[in-house]
Formats: sequence, structure tokens, C-alpha cells
Amino acid sequence: MGNVIGIGAAPKRKEDQRFLTGRGNYVSDIKRPGMAAGVFVRSPHGHAVLRGIDKSAALASPGVIAVLTGEDAAADKLGSLPCGWGISDAKGVPMKEPPFPMLAQGKVRFVGDMVAFVIAETPDQAEAAAELLAVDYEVLPSVVSVLEAVRPGAPQLFDDVPNNICCDWELGDKAAVEAAFKKAAHVAKLSLVNNRLIGNPMEPRAAIAEYEPGTDRFTLWTTSQFPHVVRFLMGALVLNIPQHKLRVVAPDVGGGFGVKQFHYGEEAVITWAAKRVKRPVKWVASRSEGYVSDRHGRDHVTEAELALDETGKFLAFRVNTLANMGGYLSTFGPNIPTNLYAPLLGGVYTTPAIYCNVKVVFTNTVPVDAYRGAGRPEATFVLERMVDVAASEMGIDRVEIRRRNMIPKEAYPYQTPVLVQYDSGDPMGCLDGALVAADVKNFGIRKAASASKGKFRGLGYSTYVEACGLAPSRFAGRLGARGGLYESATVRVHPTGQVTVMIGTHNHGQGHETTFAQIVSEKLGVSFENVDIVFGDTDRVQFGMGTYGSRSLVVGGAALSKATDKVIAKGKKIAAHLLEAAEVDIQFEAGNFSVAGTDRTKSFEEIAGAAYVPHNYPLEVLEPGLEEQAYYDPVNFTYPGGCHIAEVEVDPETGTVTLVNYTAVDDVGTVINPMIVEGQLHGGIVQGVGQALFENAVYDEGSGQLLSGSLMDYCMPRADHMPMMKVATHSTLCTHTPMGVKGCGEVGTIGSPAAVINAVVDALSHLGVTHVDMPATPNRIWRLLQNASLPVAAE
Amino acid sequence: MTVQISFTLNGRPTTVEAEPATLVAELLREQLHLTGTHIGCDTSQCGACVVHLDGLPVKSCTLLAPALDGATLLTIEGLLGAPGSNQMHPMQEAFREHHGLQCGFCTPGMLMTAIALAAEKPDLTEADVRHGLEGNICRCTGYQNIVISVMAGAAAMNAAKGE
Repeated sequence: MGNVIGIGAAPKRKEDQRFLTGRGNYVSDIKRPGMAAGVFVRSPHGHAVLRGIDKSAALASPGVIAVLTGEDAAADKLGSLPCGWGISDAKGVPMKEPPFPMLAQGKVRFVGDMVAFVIAETPDQAEAAAELLAVDYEVLPSVVSVLEAVRPGAPQLFDDVPNNICCDWELGDKAAVEAAFKKAAHVAKLSLVNNRLIGNPMEPRAAIAEYEPGTDRFTLWTTSQFPHVVRFLMGALVLNIPQHKLRVVAPDVGGGFGVKQFHYGEEAVITWAAKRVKRPVKWVASRSEGYVSDRHGRDHVTEAELALDETGKFLAFRVNTLANMGGYLSTFGPNIPTNLYAPLLGGVYTTPAIYCNVKVVFTNTVPVDAYRGAGRPEATFVLERMVDVAASEMGIDRVEIRRRNMIPKEAYPYQTPVLVQYDSGDPMGCLDGALVAADVKNFGIRKAASASKGKFRGLGYSTYVEACGLAPSRFAGRLGARGGLYESATVRVHPTGQVTVMIGTHNHGQGHETTFAQIVSEKLGVSFENVDIVFGDTDRVQFGMGTYGSRSLVVGGAALSKATDKVIAKGKKIAAHLLEAAEVDIQFEAGNFSVAGTDRTKSFEEIAGAAYVPHNYPLEVLEPGLEEQAYYDPVNFTYPGGCHIAEVEVDPETGTVTLVNYTAVDDVGTVINPMIVEGQLHGGIVQGVGQALFENAVYDEGSGQLLSGSLMDYCMPRADHMPMMKVATHSTLCTHTPMGVKGCGEVGTIGSPAAVINAVVDALSHLGVTHVDMPATPNRIWRLLQNASLPVAAE
Repeated sequence: MTVQISFTLNGRPTTVEAEPATLVAELLREQLHLTGTHIGCDTSQCGACVVHLDGLPVKSCTLLAPALDGATLLTIEGLLGAPGSNQMHPMQEAFREHHGLQCGFCTPGMLMTAIALAAEKPDLTEADVRHGLEGNICRCTGYQNIVISVMAGAAAMNAAKGE
């Protein structure tokens, strides 16, 4: 018994003690005996033929142990980095899938593409030697924007990928959409850019690899959100290491946001190198190196059209998007702008017909992959901007047009025209709650107060839905997934009743050690302090798909819940024997097994003890021990959603946008730990605000140089950029997950960009401004105001 | 070539031999095995490496090790009470109480900055805290709970001083 802390409580986090005292164990903190240091030599050109590499000067440099190149990898017959999703066009023609060698071979295709790995006694010696590596490049013109890349005559990245188009993908009923457009009373149009982002988890990526000749085993410590998937992809598909000979450990990881959920070439190179040089090898990226090697996010160019009837009801939505993949296909790359984007274009509305075409395009940029929200923020942004444009053009209030088109609560489950079926939701309830919390009715007073100071105040709405808890394996398989999307958990009850959980998700800030312990504490009636959560080590955890797409609690928590149910079921059998009762008569409540209607009872600890000391135990019918495992493969995505309202003030003299109020009401299903959920919502919102107002990865067309190449020129949100936010939950329960949870990790990032930009446009609408691309930086706004040719700061 | 550097580290006299070009953050992490001080960037933007040099917060990634000679340095490892104790500083307690951290990577630097802010100005306002944290980036929390934690931690530090 003891201190049971269950679902809905907000205990302080178990993981905090070590983080607050400097005792976290991040990859860069780890040292191994005899460890050498590795440095990657990366292409300084966006696009070039690799004519040759002269290693001699580098090899002669002090402390150098080895220099490895793509030629060495080819000689060792190593595979290229696999893509985890294979998409096809409407005719079923598979995407073009050129190889992604872990070290460049023949050509480099983005600034940062890896050319060589230099290993030396110390990082400084490796750096010095890397400077001496003579790489002969024949520089080619680069193409970095999708608009340029698909034009005739554009530089071609791959000989067998005409026009740089990886796949011309579509979803929806094109004919039905065309028919609806013909009878529309109004058609609203919008062209927009969804800006390229750099994830910037505060811990830069790092890896250490070690090979033990005595056992022929490899260990890789890596900053990963999914160590088992790295073991599978790297072992089975890249390096040909049997799974049982490869241990992948992701210890404390300092933030992920998607950026650390891919199998990176660095991991493969360093593991291969450790065996070649017979030394443990460590590599730690600098932040600037991360800028040209961490996978980037977003980067869409979109044309959208919304057909409406005369009352403002949506008839059809048509979207054409060019999505940037960068120089190669990353682990989930092609899945993000297709399967995780187009099915969310229905949003929370009853739009009967939707068609989306996505051209997935290669360019000379860092590969693009999932970044917090992954496809769903892009869908929400285009839809919620489109709704505002339509409302403005038709003279309908922005809240009213949303209400007229929202799926009513009683219409759930709701089948959209684009694949997905929402199981539950209450968008109107979220909207109503947000309107009150944001004090929208007094906005006019605040706007007038701003105007009296010469400032323009605007209010912006975003009502959204996301598909998360990725996902049913069968469904994902039909969409091109080359892996499963289940999760596993093992509940190990020790002889004295304490519990160790081994789970396949990964904790990198989400508080799993606390949330999952609450689930076990409640379900088994054991003390919260007596539950430990183990994750991130393929030698300790059987299998798992890791943490991304808000799947940990939804899928991992469900596996954990199932495993605890199995523990209880076995405990009942043991209790029935000990209490000399029929199994059906055993009840389990508050940590005690008892015979219904009697005072005969055995505690959870007594049952655990009997399982491991089976002197009086039903050995004829039951194995000793108390440890159960469950795998859980969900039947559907979950569909969190909500309404976000942003309020901004624009200074027309400088173009500065200040976020003055922010309100979010989100439907995340059952809340296990409200403190942790609120923290996830805060962080998510600010990440979306970052995209809307500050963050932008800018490339130079032609040279392919990344101009925003460090934290000096990529603006991350800081504490003084934000007001205090108001966040609340208005939850409907997921109908198919065991605890009714829906996921909360990404909702903030999905909801906020559109809310902020809609607010900026609202603030400037009296000047005729109808759209602002992200990020709404002072420079962009100031130029817009100059072009508006209005007496902005006339007095 | 190395130089000898003597300083007080978390209350203890310490002498090290280091290359003159060694950064304090590197010295702490690589030579002194104090890995609580983190390195999050290469442009002195993120603040994960903040330590106290003679009582003032500095980014240890921009400070050369010889500058420590004769100085007093406090790192995240020095915040706990008596040696071997797990008694946390009031600011650490406040961060735990108000969920002022998620992945924990920026946390040591945040705490060191926060403690210096609170020591410098007893009656911190929200605006003071937000402005004061400008040199520390957190990607997880959205800062809201960090700001609340710093205010609470500062109040607790004041209360402790008054006792």
C-alpha cells in the first residue's frame, strides 16, 4: 500500500531530482575507457560532384587514428540509410527513392552532407585534422526552393528523378470537389508559405559507440527518441549487425521534438568506426553543426481554395502543396507532408469534399522530416487561414463562420472525406470555453486602448484537430509504413511488491517516469515511490517504437495498462489458491485481493511474495513469478483538438508584433497528471508562436548556403517574448484507448501558428492586409506597412 | 603547454593543469567530471552553461580557464547543502514545485541565472524575471513555469534570509 498516487493527481516529477542537481546522464556526459573522439567533415557546398578525397595530410596530423569516407563504407558493403515510409502516386507508382549513403558517394546534395569521419585521440586533434582533409569538389548550382526545383531547367539532384519530384501524391475525390466548386456562391483563395524550421532541442545530438571483440557486441549510446527503431534500422538494414549483438541506449535526452526520432547517418558511421578502430568513439555535435545536420521541419508552399455557399457553409476544399524533402529521404520524410497532412485538412468542419495534391520535392537542403506536430500544424495553418480569408471576403464574423461549419458534438464518431474517422470531440465546447477565457467580449475596449497609444491590436482564432497516438499498424501499413506502430510494456513485480516497468517509449522531458508510475500506482494500489520506469535501453526493454506523435501515453500507456491488468489477473489466481476460494470470487481493490463478501484478504505484497517463494502455490496450473508483458496496437488514431485565441499588438513604427494574450482550451481526453499536461501545452504553444513570429531557416538560392546557421541568426523564443498564457482542458474521452487518453504533446504547436497569424492579419486588416507569411518579423511587417502606402505613423 | 590554475570550486580549493585555451565549461565537464554544467550552443546564446564566478552569473563557454585563477566558482553541483546531502537550494525546490523544467538540459543554467537574479533584486517582478532570463533558452517549457518558479524561489530565498 503506502502512498498511492493515481490518475488525475499532480505529484511532483520523479525525474526532477537528478535534473535539478546536475546529475542527469546525457550522452555527452558519458565517458568510456580508451575513448577516442570523432569529427564529421561536412560538405560546404549545397551541390557538388565529389571528385576525390586526399586523406594524407589529415592522417599525418597529430593524434589521428583514422579517416573514413564513403569509399571505405562502400568497400565494407554497408547499406544506405533506409526510409521508413513508401508512398505512391494516384496510379500506384511508388515514390522515387534514391539511396542515402551514410557518407556521401559521388555527389554531395546539401551543405552539411557528410563526407568523412575523422577519429583522433582528442576532439581538438580531430578538428585540426579535419581541416587538413583535402576534398576535391566540382561545385554545381544548387536549388533550395520547391518552386524553383520543379521548374524546367532546374538543377537536378538525381539522374533518375525528373524535375526533382519524388512523388506526385494525392488524396480525396477530385471530381466531387470540382463539381462543388462549380455551384459555389463564393470561392476564397489563398497562397501561403509554411516556413522551414530547425527543431533546436537544447541538447545537441551526440553518440558514443563501442565494440567488444570478446562478445562481438556493439553498444551505441545515442540521443534518440526511439533506440529500438535505431537498433532495427541500423542493425538490420545498414550495418548488418544481428539484433542480439547490438545494444542501443538513449539515456537522458535533452529534448527531441521529432528531431531525434530518425535514424541518422552519424549513428551508423560511428558504430561502424568503433569496430574499425577497435576503440570507443564519441561524437558530440555543436549547435551550428546541428543546424546543417538535424532534420528540418515544415517547408511547404501551398495554394488553397475554399468553396462556400451563400450562407458561408463550406462546400469543398482544394489544396495544392509543394513539400520540400531536402537532399534525401529521411526516416519518415515522405509521410509527413502526405499522410500526416492531407487527412487533417477537414479540421473540425463538415466540409463534404476535399482534394489535396502534394508534390514531394528534392532540393539541395537538409532533409526535412517530422518536427513537433509533423504535417498537422501545416494542415491547420492552411485551413484556419483559409477560413479567416473566406469570412473576411464574405463579411461573416470569424467565430460565426466557424460555428456554422463545425462538427456538432452529437455527430461523433465523424467520418471525414479524407480517410480519418474522428471518434470523439467537442469543438464547439472548446470554442465557447476559449471565448470566455480570452475575454473576447471586451476585446474592443483593449483595441481602443492600444489605438490610443498608436498601436494596432488584433485577435486571432484557431480551431483545430490532430490525429495522434500513431497508430494502427494495419492502417499505417496501407499508407506505406514499413514498420508497426504498436507499443510494448513489461510490468515486473519484485518479491517484495515493488514494481519495475520496462516500456518501449522514451522520456525526454515529457515526465513519463511520473505519469506512468501514477498509472501503475493507481491500478496496482502500490506506492508511487515503489514504481520505477525503465526506458531507452534495448538490453533492458524487449521492444518499443519510441516517443513521437503524442503516442507515449496513448499507445505506451495502453500497453502498460494491459500489462498491469495481466498482473492483476495472475494475482487473482494466486490469491484464489491462498484464500481457498474460487477465482471468480476474488476481487482486487486498493492493493488487496479479497474474497467477495468476506474479510479474507491478501495484500499485493503477499501475493508477490508467494509468486517468488512458491511454497504454498498452485504450481500445477500456474508458473511462479509475477511479471507480465503486453503489446498494444490501437484500432484508430486519437483526435485531440481545441481552440486557441491569440491577441497581438503591432507597433506600426517598428513593425514589432507583441503577443499580449494567449488562451487555449484543448481536448486531450483523460488527463493523468494535470501539471504535466499543462507544461506540455505551454511548451507546445510557444514552439508554434516561435514559428509564427520568429523562426525561419533561410537558404541562399544558387549556392545552397544556410543563412540562418546558428542561434545568432535563427531567433528562438525567449522568456521575454511571451505573456502568461491561459490554458485549460475541455475533454471528451477517446472511445477506444483504455484510459480515454488522446495525447497532448503537440496540440500547442498545431493550434498556435494560425491563431497568431490570424491575430496579426486582424490587427492590420484595416490597412487592407489580407495575409502575412510566417514568421511575422518586424522587418516583414514594417515592409508590409510601407507597401500599404497608408499614413501609418503619419503624425 | 599547460598552465596551473588554482581556484575555489564549490567551496573546495582546487588546482588544475589545463591548456590556456580551455573553456571553463570544458574544464568542468572533461577534467573535473562535473557534467551538470551543459553546453547547448557554440555562440553563447543558450545559457545552459551558466555558473557563478565570484558571485556573478557568467556563461562558462565564453570564459577561458586561466581566468579562474584565484577566483571562486559555483556550479550546479555546489548548490546542494552539506557534502553528501540531498538538501536542495530553495530555487531548486521551487523549480520542482512549479514544474519549471521538462527535459532538464537547460535547467542547471536556468537555476544559476535565477539564483543570481534573485540575489541581485529581492523584489523581482514578472517582467524582471522574463528580462533576466533573456540569456537562457528553454525549448520545452514555454518559460511560463520557469518564470513562476523563479518568482517563488526568490521569495523563498528572501524568507530564508530573513530568518
